Amino acid sequence: MEQLLHFFSFQDPIIRNVILGTILLSISSSLVGCFTFLRKRSLVGDAVAHAVLPGICVAFILHGEKNLWILMIGAFVAGWLSLIVIDLIANKSKIPEDSAIALVLSVFFGVGTLLLTHIQHNPSLSSNAAGLENFLFGNAIAINQQDLYAFGTIACILLATITILYKEFILVSFDVNFAKTIGFPVRVLELILTTLTVLAVVIGIQSVGVVLMSAMLITPAATARFWTQKLNVFILIATFLGVISSISGSFISYVTPSPTGPWIVMILSLIAIVSFLFAPDRGIISKLMKQNAFKQKVIDENILKALYQLGENEQKSDIQYSIKELLNKRPMDESVLSKGLYRLTKERFLIQENDTWQLTPLGKNKGQRITKIHRLWEVYLTKYVQIAPDHVHEDADSIEHILTPELEKKLEELLEYPSTDPHNTTIPYKK
Amino acid sequence: MVTQVENPILEVHDLTVSYQSKPVLWNVDFSLPSGSLTGIIGPNGAGKSTLIKSIMGLTEKNSGYIKLFDKPLSKVRKKVSYVPQRESVDWNFPTSVFDIVLMGRYGHLGLFKRPKQADKEFALECLRDVGMEEFKDRQISQLSGGQQQRVFLARALAQNADIYFMDEPFVGVDAATEAAIIELLKKMRNQGKTVIVVHHDLQSVKKYFDWVILINMRLIASGPTETTFTKDTLQEAYGGKLTLLSQISDLLSKEDIPTRQG
Amino acid sequence: MNTFWIILTGCLVAIPCSLLGSYLVLRKMVMIGDAISHAVLPGIILSFMITPSFDSPLVILGAGVMGVLTTFLIEFFSQKGKLPEDASIGVTFTWLFSIGLILSSAFTSKTDIDLDCILFGEILNIPLQLWITESGVNLGPSPVWFLGFVNLIIVSFIILAYKELFITTFDKAFAIAIGISAGLWHYLLMGMVSFVTVASFESVGAVLVISFLVTPASTAYLLTHDLKKMLLLSVLFGIASAVGGYYLSNYLDSSTSAGMVTMGGILFAIVFVISKKLKTA
Repeated sequence: MEQLLHFFSFQDPIIRNVILGTILLSISSSLVGCFTFLRKRSLVGDAVAHAVLPGICVAFILHGEKNLWILMIGAFVAGWLSLIVIDLIANKSKIPEDSAIALVLSVFFGVGTLLLTHIQHNPSLSSNAAGLENFLFGNAIAINQQDLYAFGTIACILLATITILYKEFILVSFDVNFAKTIGFPVRVLELILTTLTVLAVVIGIQSVGVVLMSAMLITPAATARFWTQKLNVFILIATFLGVISSISGSFISYVTPSPTGPWIVMILSLIAIVSFLFAPDRGIISKLMKQNAFKQKVIDENILKALYQLGENEQKSDIQYSIKELLNKRPMDESVLSKGLYRLTKERFLIQENDTWQLTPLGKNKGQRITKIHRLWEVYLTKYVQIAPDHVHEDADSIEHILTPELEKKLEELLEYPSTDPHNTTIPYKK
Repeated sequence: MVTQVENPILEVHDLTVSYQSKPVLWNVDFSLPSGSLTGIIGPNGAGKSTLIKSIMGLTEKNSGYIKLFDKPLSKVRKKVSYVPQRESVDWNFPTSVFDIVLMGRYGHLGLFKRPKQADKEFALECLRDVGMEEFKDRQISQLSGGQQQRVFLARALAQNADIYFMDEPFVGVDAATEAAIIELLKKMRNQGKTVIVVHHDLQSVKKYFDWVILINMRLIASGPTETTFTKDTLQEAYGGKLTLLSQISDLLSKEDIPTRQG
Repeated sequence: MNTFWIILTGCLVAIPCSLLGSYLVLRKMVMIGDAISHAVLPGIILSFMITPSFDSPLVILGAGVMGVLTTFLIEFFSQKGKLPEDASIGVTFTWLFSIGLILSSAFTSKTDIDLDCILFGEILNIPLQLWITESGVNLGPSPVWFLGFVNLIIVSFIILAYKELFITTFDKAFAIAIGISAGLWHYLLMGMVSFVTVASFESVGAVLVISFLVTPASTAYLLTHDLKKMLLLSVLFGIASAVGGYYLSNYLDSSTSAGMVTMGGILFAIVFVISKKLKTA
């Protein structure tokens, strides 16, 4: 608790710098990441992040000391160069784009490591080089006041550009060809977006390092995609997630104590994985649950249908039936059936007496509707889809469970309320 | 308008296929006689390629079954040949014409086994049949569209199968190649082979095929060309989609639910 | 003698990487290889905590499991979750990598894990790990023997399964149609990639392995239209990068594996420019 208070009191300048720095970083990278995600160019950010290393080293060797602005310019140039080389290789040779990306990122990174180790082993260079290796794995603690001003300036440029060109960027990310046809300067806009990606990497690389930088770009956008279909909301959520992970990651690394970058990415990834699994609608588990619920619905409706049709045969509906009779009418797993019967009784579609079940008016209604749709669909398939009457039953068995009331009405109207199905059984309408 | 045949070489029974839980083929049910040259005809997006892909077991089916020679595909693979769409492969792949044709023999070789001299001679013969013998050592990246298609055809011939499924073999080929291919297909039919071709040029249907299958999400007609390929059936196949059917298939894909119980 | 062992080690890493990399390039699955090479980090560190030796089979096992898990997670997220594949790759490997970094920061104080060594390799240490039999015979560095064994496996895999790899890479649909399981060969290939990544990290590091996979293969791809020649050429370029890279890094007094990667990049650039010139000429 004490640690929590101390952490959020912002009194410690190091903590303040770390928090502000990582917030600036996460806002910039999440925003830019949304656009690269939409353009399906997520891994380009990965390439840029690796590729800035040689730029930083060359800038250092040329300048001789660790001046942040100079290093950032070096990083910026190298990042840009890497993207040009990727485009060149992918477009001017038969090498596939993913190979071009991997080749450029690994070779640039290799050159960067070569130069970095050269600097470290060279006494005349290494004396000023302390902290240069922070660019490899990131070291948020090393962010100082001056760095913050630099990050802040770049983040402002980035935010302003996105605000001004918001509409254009959306269109380019969403539908390049349409943007071209309505006369947008697509090439220029893509170049600006690319520049923004490089800028975001330049801000982030000192805090989280080259490898994890790509997570800062990709993960917030990929996660936000699971929570909304609306574009504006998507971008807001991504940015929000980035900021939350930065603050909590910084906090954990302060408490434990351990490096900041990996913890930010860890939090971000955990949120991502939880979202992939549990997000309503699009999450993997939610989908499975929906499918399960649908399976239950199918079982329930099949039971009601069977009971209804049993009553239909005997011209009466208030008869009780045993499990055996039901299984005779519609073979299914007995445990599945008894669970279904239990559910339906609880939901008041059935009344149970000893070991027999009887439809309530509510249950009868539903059984009638399912039977009706089944038979109507059989009529539709034979009449409009030219399927032989002896082949339509199976399909109708699945359609009867999914037809919405609107489509049901359309079907009735299209077929003009036929009285019998292809097997000459009466179609029951609601009286 | 579906003519079922006795002792069919291919029997498709109540086949329903979905793509990302959206049904693209609905209860397709037909059979084909042995020794026919069949065209699968229908508008774009009608499910023509899907039909032969599911026959070849390349797409999962929701329901129904398929029998070739009255057996499931896995039992008769050596008698069945498949020619994918030309665009489905990377023609920059570093390999030669001859190596592609030799692939046709792979199904007859065991795991890890190398093609033998006899396989090579046979492959060369097939290359000769499609008039590409002098291109044997050519890199596949240097071929024209028509030549690529001939190479694929030679690969299929090298399989020495009894039934051939071809996905759009006439797309993007020159007139000379098209004529040569259809000549070859007719020759194959006369030798007793069965050839099924996905085709979308209505002009040439009567000239090329003796049997047609018309589809548009569902089977419209299947039978001998002269009685099946009529104005009425064409109108039905090309007269637009059935709104209710497409609405329901949209619903299925949106709900992302399994189509069948169990 | 040390020079000989170091260059030999470099070559023994380059050969299997170039061979498998050729198939990754042609299958357009290079980035999965990149993801695997990053994601083995937590596996290595976890097993290292149990037995503190890079030689133990446990490290190989731990990293191998991570490699397969990565492939599986990427496919799981992209197929079941409908996430675009590139995003799925990016999310998965950065997550596993961050776990590795956190683990290493938490346990470095207790063990002698050298993060730099895992990530960038320490090929210079290879000649020191001599394998001396009980009777006192010096058989040379043990990692060289191990890498030799890896080479034996990968080279025989590539030769024996040439037909199957060729057909599943060129035309997956046709392969399935004639009864060759494309899925099985996909996982076998990815399993081999994990195995090689793991076997190589001690000498060239987990982060730089990707370059050994992709660079020589891409260079070879520029020069030939024949798969067999491509495989052969990629091995040659791999060996050339290893040899040249050693002297380059010696000259600059810097990381050997980074030198080998840089050399690979230089060779690619030269071949790229020449092949462009040849085409326009």
